[in-house]
Amino acid sequence: MDVKITIVDREGTSHQVDAPTDMAMNLMEVIRSYELAPEGTIGICGGMAMCASCQCYVQSNTPLPEKGDEEEAMLAEAFYVEDNSRLSCQLPITERMEGLKIEIAPSEE
Amino acid sequence: MIKTDILIIGAGPTGLFAVFEAGLLKLKCHIIDALPQPGGQLSELYPKKPIYDIPGFPEVKAGQLVDNLMEQIKSFQPGFTLGEKAQDIEKQEDGSFIVTTDHGTKHHAPIIAIAGGLGSFVPRKPPIANLSLFENKGVHYMVKDPEQFRDKSVVIAGGGDSALDWSIYLADIASEVTLVHRRNEFRGALESVDRVKELKDIGKIKLITPAEIVDVHGGEHLESVSIRMNNNPEEDFELDTDYFIPLFGLSPKLGPIADWGLEIEKNAIKVDNTLDYQTNIPGIYAIGDVNTYPGKLKLILCGFHEATLMCQSAFRRIHPDKRYVMKYTTVGGVTGFDGTRKEAPKAVIRSID
Repeated sequence: MDVKITIVDREGTSHQVDAPTDMAMNLMEVIRSYELAPEGTIGICGGMAMCASCQCYVQSNTPLPEKGDEEEAMLAEAFYVEDNSRLSCQLPITERMEGLKIEIAPSEE
Repeated sequence: MIKTDILIIGAGPTGLFAVFEAGLLKLKCHIIDALPQPGGQLSELYPKKPIYDIPGFPEVKAGQLVDNLMEQIKSFQPGFTLGEKAQDIEKQEDGSFIVTTDHGTKHHAPIIAIAGGLGSFVPRKPPIANLSLFENKGVHYMVKDPEQFRDKSVVIAGGGDSALDWSIYLADIASEVTLVHRRNEFRGALESVDRVKELKDIGKIKLITPAEIVDVHGGEHLESVSIRMNNNPEEDFELDTDYFIPLFGLSPKLGPIADWGLEIEKNAIKVDNTLDYQTNIPGIYAIGDVNTYPGKLKLILCGFHEATLMCQSAFRRIHPDKRYVMKYTTVGGVTGFDGTRKEAPKAVIRSID
């Protein structure tokens, strides 16, 4: 089953995409699969919460899993962090994400 | 001038394994890497994490895989230029290349194999507007010479191991050490966190949390930093300091290689995957995560394959007149440049009476 997710890219363009719940994908991988950020600028560490290149801002009240220790630690070192910051690689796609809206954070340069 | 047959840029798993395949063809290798130790991402980012898709290893820790590769290539005596970044390349009249590092070390080779992964690891710079104005004028992203900070005041920012370790180290050298971190929690080794607390209690380190540096000021040299407490602009204050050292870890950047005239696509180097992973410049190859071609997968096992085909092609470029057929190591054994030899034991033939 797919859920509908709205992703605002780094240029401010909004995209509504279908994200599969049965492919063991996380949100960072969904962004990459739709090529909403250039390769090499997102998910650089591959999804280990060891870089912050997949940081996003959550803009809906969709229930999401709590941050783990590794995500907390990385966000403590990341730049452009806001209260609604998450690492999208740490958010597995589930049916509860229907209607989620996120914005991809700026890349570090 | 360092001379070699294949100059490999990047000491990650792909670059290391290339030394082995080249060695089987009696080609010598030298490796340049910006990090002080071999292993690339595996050593720098996740040495303790397991990898499950290395053929023949149901599970291997990244650091262990690097150790194994170093052992596997030892007898081929690769040279290393570590802690230096490949900066410039000059093509010579005979078609060979001279690569110079950011420290000025020159390397001469007929073949260049770029195994640069995601790029060279460079310090992450916090987005502070005027920070670049004071680079090397009070702002340093790494500590190269601690003595530079003797009897000076230093502000360190960050919450990981390097921020903690350098705060501890400089507490004895600098006149004043202030550690600024965005959270109250630090994620370094427990003993480092404890030590910083001790030094704070005896007044040798000033701890400011939760806070971050939001601006830097000075003339010719850095004079002060602005610190924002609790993410609240109304609590901003200025702190005089001689030095500001932001320590937010490292991130990979393709860097100067992007300006070598190579065809770049999606932040990676385009290569001919139908043949030998050569770039648009003959004699320069790109292997592993740094390259791209239709269907590319950034996997260590794919890097190993690419390194192997690259070496065969390099051999034909270096020795266009030599006849050669690939030989299995089980048949030919492995003869190191150090005189060691490994080979399969001969079968015993004996009759049964």
